[in-house]
Amino acid sequence: MQKFPCPFCGPRADREFRYGGDAGKLRPPRDCTDAEWARYRYQRANGKGVTHELWLHADGCGRWIEIERDTMTHEVFATRSLVP
Amino acid sequence: MKDAAHKRHYSAWSLFREGLRGQRGWTPAWRDRDPESAYDVVIIGGGGHGLATAYYLAKQHGVKRVALLEKGWIGGGNTGRNTTIIRSNYFYPQSAALYDLSVSLYEGLTRELNYNIMFSQRGLIEIAHTDAELEMMARAANAMRINGIPIELLSRERTLALAPLLDASPHTRWPVRGALQQRRAGTARHDAVAWGYARAADALGVHIIQNCEVTGFEMAAGRLGAVNTSRGTIRAERFGMAVAGNSSALAKLAGFELPIQSYTLQAMVSEPVKPCLDTIVLSSANGVYVSQSDKGELVLGGNLDRCPSYMQRGSFRVTQSVIASLVEMFPAFATLKLMRQWGGVVDTTPDNSPIIGPSPVPGLFLNCGWGTGGFKAIPAGGTLFAHVLATGQHHPLSAPFDLSRFESGEVIDEAHAGVVH
Repeated sequence: MQKFPCPFCGPRADREFRYGGDAGKLRPPRDCTDAEWARYRYQRANGKGVTHELWLHADGCGRWIEIERDTMTHEVFATRSLVP
Repeated sequence: MKDAAHKRHYSAWSLFREGLRGQRGWTPAWRDRDPESAYDVVIIGGGGHGLATAYYLAKQHGVKRVALLEKGWIGGGNTGRNTTIIRSNYFYPQSAALYDLSVSLYEGLTRELNYNIMFSQRGLIEIAHTDAELEMMARAANAMRINGIPIELLSRERTLALAPLLDASPHTRWPVRGALQQRRAGTARHDAVAWGYARAADALGVHIIQNCEVTGFEMAAGRLGAVNTSRGTIRAERFGMAVAGNSSALAKLAGFELPIQSYTLQAMVSEPVKPCLDTIVLSSANGVYVSQSDKGELVLGGNLDRCPSYMQRGSFRVTQSVIASLVEMFPAFATLKLMRQWGGVVDTTPDNSPIIGPSPVPGLFLNCGWGTGGFKAIPAGGTLFAHVLATGQHHPLSAPFDLSRFESGEVIDEAHAGVVH
Protein backbone atom coordinates (compact mmCIF):
# COMPACT_ATOMS: atom_id res chain seq x y z
CA MET A 1 0.00 0.00 0.00
CA GLN A 2 1.10 3.53 -0.77
CA LYS A 3 0.19 6.61 1.23
CA PHE A 4 -0.96 9.80 -0.47
CA PRO A 5 -0.65 12.96 1.69
CA CYS A 6 -4.08 14.59 1.37
CA PRO A 7 -3.72 18.37 1.96
CA PHE A 8 -6.86 18.21 4.11
CA CYS A 9 -6.62 14.84 5.89
CA GLY A 10 -2.88 14.09 6.01
CA PRO A 11 -1.34 10.75 4.89
CA ARG A 12 -4.05 8.30 3.81
CA ALA A 13 -4.09 4.94 2.00
CA ASP A 14 -4.00 5.26 -1.78
CA ARG A 15 -7.10 3.10 -2.13
CA GLU A 16 -9.17 5.98 -0.72
CA PHE A 17 -8.35 8.06 -3.82
CA ARG A 18 -9.71 7.87 -7.39
CA TYR A 19 -7.75 9.07 -10.40
CA GLY A 20 -9.54 11.86 -12.28
CA GLY A 21 -7.46 13.01 -15.24
CA ASP A 22 -4.85 15.62 -16.13
CA ALA A 23 -4.53 18.68 -13.90
CA GLY A 24 -4.71 22.13 -15.45
CA LYS A 25 -7.20 21.35 -18.21
CA LEU A 26 -9.77 24.08 -18.73
CA ARG A 27 -13.26 23.33 -20.01
CA PRO A 28 -13.67 25.13 -23.36
CA PRO A 29 -16.50 27.65 -23.85
CA ARG A 30 -19.94 26.47 -24.96
CA ASP A 31 -19.42 27.68 -28.53
CA CYS A 32 -16.14 25.77 -28.98
CA THR A 33 -15.41 23.71 -32.09
CA ASP A 34 -15.74 19.90 -32.19
CA ALA A 35 -11.94 19.68 -32.29
CA GLU A 36 -11.57 21.78 -29.13
CA TRP A 37 -14.22 19.73 -27.36
CA ALA A 38 -12.60 16.42 -28.45
CA ARG A 39 -9.24 17.68 -27.22
CA TYR A 40 -10.71 18.56 -23.83
CA ARG A 41 -12.85 15.45 -23.55
CA TYR A 42 -10.52 12.74 -24.87
CA GLN A 43 -6.88 13.75 -25.24
CA ARG A 44 -4.49 12.87 -22.42
CA ALA A 45 -1.04 14.17 -21.57
CA ASN A 46 -0.27 10.59 -20.43
CA GLY A 47 3.15 11.74 -19.28
CA LYS A 48 5.99 9.31 -18.85
CA GLY A 49 7.76 10.56 -15.74
CA VAL A 50 6.63 13.41 -13.51
CA THR A 51 2.96 14.32 -14.08
CA HIS A 52 0.35 16.58 -12.53
CA GLU A 53 -2.92 14.75 -11.98
CA LEU A 54 -6.32 15.32 -10.45
CA TRP A 55 -7.43 12.85 -7.82
CA LEU A 56 -10.63 12.64 -5.79
CA HIS A 57 -10.29 11.74 -2.13
CA ALA A 58 -13.47 9.70 -2.54
CA ASP A 59 -13.34 7.64 0.66
CA GLY A 60 -12.08 10.56 2.71
CA CYS A 61 -12.87 14.27 2.64
CA GLY A 62 -14.47 14.02 -0.81
CA ARG A 63 -12.36 16.85 -2.22
CA TRP A 64 -10.49 17.04 -5.52
CA ILE A 65 -6.76 17.53 -5.14
CA GLU A 66 -3.75 17.82 -7.44
CA ILE A 67 -1.00 15.24 -7.11
CA GLU A 68 2.50 15.53 -8.57
CA ARG A 69 3.56 11.95 -9.21
CA ASP A 70 6.09 9.97 -11.24
CA THR A 71 4.40 7.42 -13.51
CA MET A 72 7.67 5.49 -13.89
CA THR A 73 8.19 4.92 -10.17
CA HIS A 74 4.80 5.87 -8.56
CA GLU A 75 6.66 8.24 -6.24
CA VAL A 76 4.47 11.12 -4.99
CA PHE A 77 6.29 14.46 -4.70
CA ALA A 78 3.54 16.88 -3.70
CA THR A 79 -0.18 17.23 -3.25
CA ARG A 80 -2.14 20.47 -3.16
CA SER A 81 -5.61 21.78 -2.74
CA LEU A 82 -7.29 23.04 -5.90
CA VAL A 83 -8.58 26.01 -3.91
CA PRO A 84 -5.93 28.76 -3.65
CA MET B 1 24.87 -15.21 -42.91
CA LYS B 2 23.65 -17.03 -46.00
CA ASP B 3 20.16 -16.21 -47.26
CA ALA B 4 19.45 -19.75 -48.37
CA ALA B 5 19.79 -21.08 -44.85
CA HIS B 6 16.91 -18.91 -43.75
CA LYS B 7 14.49 -20.29 -46.29
CA ARG B 8 14.61 -23.78 -44.77
CA HIS B 9 11.15 -25.26 -44.33
CA TYR B 10 10.28 -26.54 -40.87
CA SER B 11 8.59 -29.95 -40.97
CA ALA B 12 8.41 -33.30 -39.21
CA TRP B 13 11.06 -34.45 -41.70
CA SER B 14 13.47 -31.59 -40.85
CA LEU B 15 13.01 -32.38 -37.15
CA PHE B 16 13.72 -36.07 -37.79
CA ARG B 17 16.77 -35.32 -39.95
CA GLU B 18 18.25 -32.94 -37.39
CA GLY B 19 17.60 -35.54 -34.71
CA LEU B 20 19.88 -37.90 -36.61
CA ARG B 21 22.50 -35.16 -37.17
CA GLY B 22 22.78 -34.13 -33.53
CA GLN B 23 20.71 -30.92 -34.10
CA ARG B 24 23.75 -29.26 -35.70
CA GLY B 25 22.01 -28.05 -38.88
CA TRP B 26 19.68 -25.43 -37.39
CA THR B 27 20.32 -21.80 -38.21
CA PRO B 28 18.89 -18.64 -36.60
CA ALA B 29 15.26 -18.14 -37.64
CA TRP B 30 15.83 -14.48 -38.58
CA ARG B 31 18.69 -12.04 -38.94
CA ASP B 32 19.52 -9.15 -36.62
CA ARG B 33 20.27 -6.36 -39.12
CA ASP B 34 22.15 -3.08 -38.98
CA PRO B 35 20.12 -0.09 -40.12
CA GLU B 36 20.55 1.43 -43.58
CA SER B 37 20.01 5.12 -44.21
CA ALA B 38 16.71 4.89 -46.13
CA TYR B 39 13.74 2.58 -46.60
CA ASP B 40 10.31 2.68 -48.24
CA VAL B 41 8.51 2.03 -44.95
CA VAL B 42 9.83 2.16 -41.39
CA ILE B 43 7.82 0.52 -38.63
CA ILE B 44 8.55 1.60 -35.07
CA GLY B 45 7.92 -1.14 -32.52
CA GLY B 46 8.93 -4.80 -32.74
CA GLY B 47 5.99 -6.37 -30.98
CA GLY B 48 3.41 -8.61 -32.59
CA HIS B 49 1.62 -5.78 -34.40
CA GLY B 50 4.84 -4.28 -35.81
CA LEU B 51 6.20 -7.67 -36.91
CA ALA B 52 2.88 -8.71 -38.48
CA THR B 53 2.66 -5.35 -40.27
CA ALA B 54 6.18 -5.80 -41.66
CA TYR B 55 5.33 -9.30 -42.85
CA TYR B 56 2.08 -8.31 -44.60
CA LEU B 57 3.71 -5.23 -46.17
CA ALA B 58 6.25 -7.50 -47.84
CA LYS B 59 3.89 -10.41 -48.49
CA GLN B 60 0.59 -8.79 -49.54
CA HIS B 61 1.75 -5.45 -50.87
CA GLY B 62 5.18 -6.30 -52.27
CA VAL B 63 6.90 -3.39 -50.49
CA LYS B 64 10.59 -4.06 -51.05
CA ARG B 65 12.47 -2.04 -48.44
CA VAL B 66 10.85 -2.37 -45.02
CA ALA B 67 12.62 -1.79 -41.70
CA LEU B 68 11.31 -2.60 -38.27
CA LEU B 69 12.90 -0.68 -35.39
CA GLU B 70 12.75 -2.12 -31.88
CA LYS B 71 14.26 -0.33 -28.89
CA GLY B 72 14.82 -3.56 -26.96
CA TRP B 73 14.33 -7.06 -28.33
CA ILE B 74 11.43 -8.24 -30.49
CA GLY B 75 8.40 -9.51 -28.61
CA GLY B 76 9.80 -8.23 -25.30
CA GLY B 77 6.94 -5.87 -24.45
CA ASN B 78 3.27 -6.70 -24.20
CA THR B 79 3.60 -9.45 -26.84
CA GLY B 80 5.64 -11.46 -24.34
CA ARG B 81 3.65 -10.37 -21.29
CA ASN B 82 0.03 -11.14 -22.13
CA THR B 83 -2.07 -14.17 -21.18
CA THR B 84 -2.25 -15.40 -24.82
CA ILE B 85 -6.04 -15.42 -25.15
CA ILE B 86 -7.57 -15.12 -28.62
CA ARG B 87 -11.31 -14.45 -29.02
CA SER B 88 -13.78 -12.28 -30.95
CA ASN B 89 -16.86 -12.05 -28.70
CA TYR B 90 -17.45 -8.33 -29.27
CA PHE B 91 -20.70 -6.37 -29.28
CA TYR B 92 -20.44 -3.83 -32.10
CA PRO B 93 -20.26 -4.92 -35.77
CA GLN B 94 -17.04 -2.93 -36.39
CA SER B 95 -15.24 -4.73 -33.56
CA ALA B 96 -16.69 -8.11 -34.45
CA ALA B 97 -15.43 -7.79 -38.03
CA LEU B 98 -11.97 -6.74 -36.84
CA TYR B 99 -11.45 -9.37 -34.14
CA ASP B 100 -13.09 -12.18 -36.11
CA LEU B 101 -10.73 -11.50 -39.01
CA SER B 102 -7.98 -11.95 -36.44
CA VAL B 103 -9.30 -15.29 -35.15
CA SER B 104 -9.67 -16.51 -38.74
CA LEU B 105 -6.10 -15.50 -39.58
CA TYR B 106 -4.81 -17.14 -36.38
CA GLU B 107 -6.52 -20.38 -37.48
CA GLY B 108 -4.29 -20.52 -40.55
CA LEU B 109 -1.20 -18.84 -39.14
CA THR B 110 0.90 -21.90 -38.26
CA ARG B 111 0.64 -23.06 -41.87
CA GLU B 112 1.04 -19.60 -43.39
CA LEU B 113 4.21 -18.80 -41.41
CA ASN B 114 5.51 -22.39 -41.34
CA TYR B 115 5.99 -21.84 -37.61
CA ASN B 116 3.99 -23.62 -34.93
CA ILE B 117 2.18 -20.95 -32.93
CA MET B 118 0.42 -23.69 -30.91
CA PHE B 119 -3.05 -22.18 -31.40
CA SER B 120 -5.33 -24.29 -29.20
CA GLN B 121 -9.02 -23.53 -29.76
CA ARG B 122 -10.13 -24.76 -26.38
CA GLY B 123 -13.03 -22.31 -26.13
CA LEU B 124 -13.80 -19.60 -23.61
CA ILE B 125 -16.62 -19.45 -21.08
CA GLU B 126 -17.62 -16.25 -19.36
CA ILE B 127 -19.48 -17.09 -16.16
CA ALA B 128 -22.78 -15.44 -15.19
CA HIS B 129 -23.25 -15.42 -11.41
CA THR B 130 -26.74 -13.91 -11.29
CA ASP B 131 -29.95 -13.94 -13.33
CA ALA B 132 -29.38 -10.31 -14.25
CA GLU B 133 -25.91 -11.11 -15.59
CA LEU B 134 -27.32 -14.01 -17.59
CA GLU B 135 -29.92 -11.71 -19.16
CA MET B 136 -27.21 -9.23 -20.18
CA MET B 137 -25.27 -12.15 -21.65
CA ALA B 138 -28.30 -13.23 -23.68
CA ARG B 139 -28.46 -9.69 -25.07
CA ALA B 140 -24.74 -9.76 -25.88
CA ALA B 141 -25.08 -13.24 -27.42
CA ASN B 142 -27.86 -12.02 -29.72
CA ALA B 143 -25.77 -9.03 -30.83
CA MET B 144 -22.74 -11.26 -31.47
CA ARG B 145 -24.80 -13.72 -33.51
CA ILE B 146 -26.18 -10.87 -35.60
CA ASN B 147 -22.53 -9.89 -36.14
CA GLY B 148 -21.91 -13.41 -37.45
CA ILE B 149 -19.92 -14.66 -34.44
CA PRO B 150 -21.03 -18.13 -33.29
CA ILE B 151 -21.78 -17.83 -29.56
CA GLU B 152 -23.66 -20.10 -27.20
CA LEU B 153 -25.45 -19.44 -23.95
CA LEU B 154 -24.85 -22.31 -21.53
CA SER B 155 -26.91 -23.63 -18.63
CA ARG B 156 -25.47 -24.05 -15.15
CA GLU B 157 -25.15 -27.81 -15.70
CA ARG B 158 -23.33 -27.43 -19.02
CA THR B 159 -21.00 -24.80 -17.53
CA LEU B 160 -20.10 -27.01 -14.55
CA ALA B 161 -19.51 -29.94 -16.91
CA LEU B 162 -16.99 -27.86 -18.87
CA ALA B 163 -15.17 -26.62 -15.74
CA PRO B 164 -15.86 -29.17 -13.01
CA LEU B 165 -13.52 -27.54 -10.50
CA LEU B 166 -15.79 -24.46 -10.26
CA ASP B 167 -17.35 -24.18 -6.81
CA ALA B 168 -20.86 -25.64 -7.25
CA SER B 169 -21.78 -25.69 -3.57
CA PRO B 170 -24.99 -23.86 -2.50
CA HIS B 171 -23.12 -21.48 -0.17
CA THR B 172 -20.49 -20.18 -2.58
CA ARG B 173 -20.03 -16.45 -2.89
CA TRP B 174 -19.92 -16.75 -6.68
CA PRO B 175 -22.72 -19.12 -7.75
CA VAL B 176 -22.59 -20.39 -11.31
CA ARG B 177 -25.82 -19.42 -13.07
CA GLY B 178 -24.73 -20.04 -16.66
CA ALA B 179 -22.14 -18.87 -19.16
CA LEU B 180 -21.45 -17.37 -22.55
CA GLN B 181 -19.26 -19.62 -24.67
CA GLN B 182 -17.17 -18.93 -27.75
CA ARG B 183 -15.85 -22.28 -28.97
CA ARG B 184 -13.42 -20.82 -31.51
CA ALA B 185 -11.61 -18.85 -28.80
CA GLY B 186 -8.32 -20.23 -27.56
CA THR B 187 -4.73 -19.64 -26.60
CA ALA B 188 -1.49 -19.55 -28.59
CA ARG B 189 2.21 -19.41 -27.81
CA HIS B 190 2.83 -15.66 -27.69
CA ASP B 191 6.58 -15.79 -28.33
CA ALA B 192 5.99 -18.06 -31.31
CA VAL B 193 3.66 -15.47 -32.85
CA ALA B 194 6.44 -12.85 -32.63
CA TRP B 195 9.19 -15.21 -33.80
CA GLY B 196 7.05 -16.74 -36.56
CA TYR B 197 6.22 -13.34 -38.05
CA ALA B 198 9.86 -12.25 -37.62
CA ARG B 199 11.15 -15.32 -39.46
CA ALA B 200 8.62 -14.99 -42.29
CA ALA B 201 9.23 -11.23 -42.62
CA ASP B 202 13.01 -11.73 -42.62
CA ALA B 203 12.69 -14.33 -45.39
CA LEU B 204 10.88 -11.69 -47.48
CA GLY B 205 13.72 -9.19 -46.98
CA VAL B 206 12.40 -7.12 -44.05
CA HIS B 207 15.20 -5.68 -41.92
CA ILE B 208 14.62 -6.40 -38.22
CA ILE B 209 16.73 -3.91 -36.26
CA GLN B 210 16.91 -4.33 -32.48
CA ASN B 211 18.37 -2.06 -29.77
CA CYS B 212 17.33 0.87 -31.95
CA GLU B 213 15.32 3.46 -30.05
CA VAL B 214 13.59 6.34 -31.81
CA THR B 215 14.70 9.60 -30.18
CA GLY B 216 13.28 12.22 -32.54
CA PHE B 217 11.45 13.02 -35.75
CA GLU B 218 12.68 15.16 -38.66
CA MET B 219 10.19 16.94 -40.89
CA ALA B 220 10.90 17.54 -44.57
CA ALA B 221 8.58 19.53 -46.89
CA GLY B 222 5.67 19.43 -44.47
CA ARG B 223 5.77 15.72 -43.76
CA LEU B 224 7.78 13.29 -41.70
CA GLY B 225 11.02 12.63 -43.51
CA ALA B 226 13.23 10.76 -41.09
CA VAL B 227 13.53 9.38 -37.57
CA ASN B 228 16.53 9.94 -35.35
CA THR B 229 17.46 6.77 -33.54
CA SER B 230 20.09 5.54 -31.13
CA ARG B 231 21.70 3.96 -34.21
CA GLY B 232 21.53 6.94 -36.59
CA THR B 233 19.04 8.78 -38.75
CA ILE B 234 16.77 6.72 -40.98
CA ARG B 235 14.74 8.20 -43.85
CA ALA B 236 11.58 6.68 -45.31
CA GLU B 237 8.51 7.45 -47.42
CA ARG B 238 6.09 6.38 -44.71
CA PHE B 239 6.39 5.61 -41.02
CA GLY B 240 4.16 3.48 -38.85
CA MET B 241 4.21 3.30 -35.06
CA ALA B 242 2.97 0.27 -33.15
CA VAL B 243 4.37 0.87 -29.67
CA ALA B 244 1.37 0.18 -27.38
CA GLY B 245 1.91 1.72 -23.93
CA ASN B 246 4.59 4.10 -25.21
CA SER B 247 2.38 5.61 -27.93
CA SER B 248 1.84 8.89 -26.06
CA ALA B 249 5.57 9.30 -25.36
CA LEU B 250 6.41 8.82 -29.05
CA ALA B 251 3.53 11.07 -30.14
CA LYS B 252 4.90 13.77 -27.83
CA LEU B 253 8.25 13.57 -29.67
CA ALA B 254 6.33 14.08 -32.91
CA GLY B 255 4.42 17.02 -31.43
CA PHE B 256 0.88 15.74 -30.84
CA GLU B 257 -1.27 14.18 -28.11
CA LEU B 258 -3.38 11.05 -28.27
CA PRO B 259 -6.59 9.99 -26.51
CA ILE B 260 -4.60 7.30 -24.72
CA GLN B 261 -3.86 6.59 -21.07
CA SER B 262 -1.21 4.03 -20.14
CA TYR B 263 -1.91 1.61 -17.32
CA THR B 264 -0.23 -1.48 -15.97
CA LEU B 265 -2.02 -4.75 -16.62
CA GLN B 266 -0.60 -7.66 -14.72
CA ALA B 267 -0.57 -11.40 -15.20
CA MET B 268 0.73 -14.32 -13.21
CA VAL B 269 1.27 -18.06 -13.37
CA SER B 270 1.04 -20.82 -10.80
CA GLU B 271 3.30 -23.81 -10.46
CA PRO B 272 2.63 -26.43 -13.16
CA VAL B 273 0.12 -29.19 -12.38
CA LYS B 274 -1.50 -32.02 -14.32
CA PRO B 275 -4.24 -31.06 -16.81
CA CYS B 276 -7.27 -29.86 -14.84
CA LEU B 277 -8.81 -27.04 -16.88
CA ASP B 278 -9.27 -27.45 -20.63
CA THR B 279 -11.08 -24.21 -21.41
CA ILE B 280 -10.58 -20.52 -20.64
CA VAL B 281 -12.76 -19.36 -17.74
CA LEU B 282 -13.54 -15.71 -17.20
CA SER B 283 -15.62 -13.84 -14.65
CA SER B 284 -16.17 -10.13 -15.27
CA ALA B 285 -18.05 -9.60 -12.03
CA ASN B 286 -15.31 -11.24 -10.04
CA GLY B 287 -12.41 -9.70 -12.00
CA VAL B 288 -10.42 -12.80 -12.92
CA TYR B 289 -9.73 -15.03 -15.89
CA VAL B 290 -7.74 -18.24 -16.01
CA SER B 291 -6.50 -20.88 -18.41
CA GLN B 292 -4.01 -23.71 -18.13
CA SER B 293 -0.90 -23.57 -20.28
CA ASP B 294 0.53 -26.54 -22.14
CA LYS B 295 3.21 -26.73 -19.42
CA GLY B 296 0.47 -27.08 -16.81
CA GLU B 297 0.72 -23.67 -15.17
CA LEU B 298 -2.46 -21.76 -14.48
CA VAL B 299 -2.20 -18.44 -16.31
CA LEU B 300 -4.33 -15.76 -14.68
CA GLY B 301 -5.08 -12.10 -14.84
CA GLY B 302 -7.73 -9.59 -13.93
CA ASN B 303 -8.36 -5.88 -13.92
CA LEU B 304 -6.04 -2.98 -14.66
CA ASP B 305 -4.03 -1.42 -11.89
CA ARG B 306 -5.77 1.71 -10.67
CA CYS B 307 -3.42 4.58 -11.43
CA PRO B 308 -1.84 5.61 -14.75
CA SER B 309 1.56 3.98 -14.92
CA TYR B 310 4.57 3.13 -17.06
CA MET B 311 5.89 0.51 -14.62
CA GLN B 312 6.11 -3.01 -16.03
CA ARG B 313 5.05 -4.59 -12.76
CA GLY B 314 1.70 -4.57 -11.05
CA SER B 315 0.67 -3.48 -7.60
CA PHE B 316 0.34 -6.12 -4.90
CA ARG B 317 -3.29 -5.17 -4.29
CA VAL B 318 -4.41 -6.29 -7.76
CA THR B 319 -2.32 -9.47 -7.51
CA GLN B 320 -4.07 -10.22 -4.23
CA SER B 321 -7.51 -9.47 -5.62
CA VAL B 322 -6.99 -11.65 -8.71
CA ILE B 323 -5.82 -14.58 -6.59
CA ALA B 324 -8.63 -14.14 -4.06
CA SER B 325 -11.16 -14.11 -6.90
CA LEU B 326 -9.68 -17.24 -8.44
CA VAL B 327 -9.66 -19.13 -5.16
CA GLU B 328 -13.25 -18.14 -4.40
CA MET B 329 -14.37 -19.58 -7.72
CA PHE B 330 -12.00 -22.58 -7.75
CA PRO B 331 -11.36 -23.61 -4.11
CA ALA B 332 -9.08 -26.45 -5.25
CA PHE B 333 -6.56 -23.95 -6.63
CA ALA B 334 -5.93 -22.51 -3.16
CA THR B 335 -3.19 -25.09 -2.60
CA LEU B 336 -1.18 -23.99 -5.64
CA LYS B 337 1.92 -21.82 -5.33
CA LEU B 338 2.31 -18.67 -7.38
CA MET B 339 5.46 -18.88 -9.50
CA ARG B 340 5.74 -15.58 -11.35
CA GLN B 341 3.95 -12.26 -11.59
CA TRP B 342 4.63 -9.41 -14.02
CA GLY B 343 3.05 -6.41 -15.72
CA GLY B 344 2.78 -4.79 -19.13
CA VAL B 345 2.04 -1.17 -19.99
CA VAL B 346 -1.20 -1.09 -21.97
CA ASP B 347 -2.56 1.81 -24.04
CA THR B 348 -6.21 2.30 -23.18
CA THR B 349 -8.53 4.57 -25.18
CA PRO B 350 -11.72 6.27 -23.96
CA ASP B 351 -13.92 3.82 -25.92
CA ASN B 352 -11.70 0.76 -25.43
CA SER B 353 -11.25 0.36 -29.17
CA PRO B 354 -7.97 0.65 -31.10
CA ILE B 355 -6.75 3.51 -33.25
CA ILE B 356 -5.58 2.65 -36.78
CA GLY B 357 -4.82 5.16 -39.52
CA PRO B 358 -3.13 8.49 -40.19
CA SER B 359 -1.73 10.60 -37.34
CA PRO B 360 -1.84 14.42 -37.23
CA VAL B 361 1.69 14.37 -38.71
CA PRO B 362 1.66 13.65 -42.48
CA GLY B 363 3.66 10.53 -43.28
CA LEU B 364 3.28 9.03 -39.79
CA PHE B 365 0.59 6.40 -39.21
CA LEU B 366 -0.82 4.93 -36.00
CA ASN B 367 -1.53 1.43 -34.77
CA CYS B 368 -2.27 1.84 -31.06
CA GLY B 369 -4.92 1.88 -28.38
CA TRP B 370 -5.40 -1.91 -28.25
CA GLY B 371 -5.41 -1.63 -24.48
CA THR B 372 -5.79 -4.94 -22.71
CA GLY B 373 -6.48 -6.95 -25.86
CA GLY B 374 -3.71 -6.40 -28.38
CA PHE B 375 -2.41 -9.97 -28.62
CA LYS B 376 -5.65 -11.43 -29.96
CA ALA B 377 -5.67 -8.79 -32.71
CA ILE B 378 -2.10 -9.18 -34.02
CA PRO B 379 -2.84 -10.78 -37.43
CA ALA B 380 -5.74 -8.38 -38.15
CA GLY B 381 -3.85 -5.34 -36.84
CA GLY B 382 -0.89 -6.27 -39.05
CA THR B 383 -3.07 -6.85 -42.11
CA LEU B 384 -4.95 -3.57 -41.77
CA PHE B 385 -1.92 -1.47 -40.80
CA ALA B 386 0.07 -2.87 -43.74
CA HIS B 387 -2.80 -1.85 -46.02
CA VAL B 388 -2.81 1.67 -44.57
CA LEU B 389 1.00 1.99 -44.86
CA ALA B 390 1.16 0.56 -48.39
CA THR B 391 -1.72 2.54 -49.88
CA GLY B 392 -2.00 5.57 -47.62
CA GLN B 393 -5.74 4.76 -47.49
CA HIS B 394 -7.94 2.97 -44.99
CA HIS B 395 -9.01 -0.64 -45.42
CA PRO B 396 -12.85 -0.87 -45.06
CA LEU B 397 -12.36 -2.70 -41.73
CA SER B 398 -9.91 -0.13 -40.32
CA ALA B 399 -11.88 3.00 -41.34
CA PRO B 400 -14.18 2.98 -38.26
CA PHE B 401 -11.08 2.96 -36.03
CA ASP B 402 -9.63 6.22 -37.38
CA LEU B 403 -8.43 8.77 -34.83
CA SER B 404 -11.08 11.22 -36.11
CA ARG B 405 -13.86 9.24 -34.42
CA PHE B 406 -13.30 11.10 -31.17
CA GLU B 407 -14.03 14.41 -32.90
CA SER B 408 -16.96 13.11 -34.98
CA GLY B 409 -18.44 11.29 -31.99
CA GLU B 410 -18.54 7.92 -33.76
CA VAL B 411 -16.87 6.09 -30.89
CA ILE B 412 -17.09 2.30 -30.65
CA ASP B 413 -17.62 1.89 -26.94
CA GLU B 414 -17.19 -1.77 -26.08
CA ALA B 415 -16.94 -1.12 -22.33
CA HIS B 416 -20.38 0.45 -22.19
CA ALA B 417 -21.77 -2.31 -24.36
CA GLY B 418 -21.30 -4.48 -21.30
CA VAL B 419 -18.99 -7.04 -22.90
CA VAL B 420 -15.48 -8.04 -22.01
CA HIS B 421 -13.17 -5.81 -23.98
